[in-house]
Amino acid sequence: MATDADGGLVFKPMEQFEIQSLFGGEIAWYTPTNTALWMGLAIFAVILLLVVGSQKRSIVPSRSQSVAELAYGFIYKMVEDICGKEGLRYFPYIMTLFMFIVCANFLGLIPTAFTPTSHFAVTVVLAMAVFITVTVLGFVKNGAAFLGLFWVASAPLALRPVLAIIEIISYFVRPVSHSIRLAGNVMAGHAVIKVFAGFAAIAAVSPVAVLGITAMYGLEVLVSFIQAYVFTILTCVYLKDALHPHH
Amino acid sequence: MATETTGADVAASSPGMPQLDFSTWGNQIFWLVVTLVVIYMILSKVALPRIAAILAERQGTITNDIAAAEDMKAKAQEAEAAYDKALADARTEAHRIVAEAKAEIQSDLDAAIAKADAEIAAKAAESEKAIAEIRAGAAEAVQQVAKDTAQEIVAAMGGKADAKTVDAAVTAQLKG
Repeated sequence: MATDADGGLVFKPMEQFEIQSLFGGEIAWYTPTNTALWMGLAIFAVILLLVVGSQKRSIVPSRSQSVAELAYGFIYKMVEDICGKEGLRYFPYIMTLFMFIVCANFLGLIPTAFTPTSHFAVTVVLAMAVFITVTVLGFVKNGAAFLGLFWVASAPLALRPVLAIIEIISYFVRPVSHSIRLAGNVMAGHAVIKVFAGFAAIAAVSPVAVLGITAMYGLEVLVSFIQAYVFTILTCVYLKDALHPHH
Repeated sequence: MATETTGADVAASSPGMPQLDFSTWGNQIFWLVVTLVVIYMILSKVALPRIAAILAERQGTITNDIAAAEDMKAKAQEAEAAYDKALADARTEAHRIVAEAKAEIQSDLDAAIAKADAEIAAKAAESEKAIAEIRAGAAEAVQQVAKDTAQEIVAAMGGKADAKTVDAAVTAQLKG
């Protein structure tokens, strides 16, 4: 960020989110873009952490193997606690979601990096995949009994239709909140850092701006992990509804 | 958010949020699906089974080690009991041997004392006999000397000494 010819401040906090073709030219669906590059790096990070890290298979783990085991145990226990033993069948899918989001988020914190999870295109697909899978799974596993999710049997009879409408609305809002929460948090943090960086061009406030960037960066490190965690735990909660639709 | 109105890169200017530029969605969704499939393959084929195996192996090792440690402890206690028993046995055996040895020595000693006593008695008897002989020998010698002396004296006095008479006289004198 710099001042333009007139000496005025120029803020382009959203420029970092632009999708660019890596080798120039029009962006078709198959064009390698910066998002493809950083998703590829996320794959690389997953391999480095979980495959290379656990290569030695030592009984007393090295540091990287410890991290791999911690990640595994963290998500495994989450799925087991929320969805029960039955939910462990879906553990690899949930682990895939978590590892992708957490790696993409953390790689996006590298200066000048691109963050795939800051785009609604990505998070909406993730959230819709969860939503559709969970809904289909709910009907396949429970049949019409899945609709019992919306019929709150513990409430007074008169209130149940009203509650059913509210429950249905909240059910269909799930993918919206699920996707916007992740992309919104990541995008907002990156944009705020960029705005602080714009202020750093003014000598008088640049120390404050640099401090602000530092503080925001620390916050973003937290947000990167917490949002991946939240996305994963919500997926588990939705999956639990599909497996056990009774309140 | 101020938008730039002048500059060389105006051509690249896009709407406020690149996220809402739906022309790039197809591209992003395509690469996202590719990425997710690749990560899923890596996780389900390699990483997760491997980590699960490592964790199971560690659990097994820990369980085995604890069992082995308990085994060892039991063995150590057994060995200690066996050692104690062996010690007690050895002690009683030692006592027995000492008592036996004492008894044997006592009997040997008694036998030796008896034998020595017998020998001493024999020697004493022998000595007494020898002394008696010597005493008898001495008395006889005195008699003989007395007789010889008397005969010589008689001869010196000028008498004609009859040996038999002298003997009888000396014998009578000695008895007297």
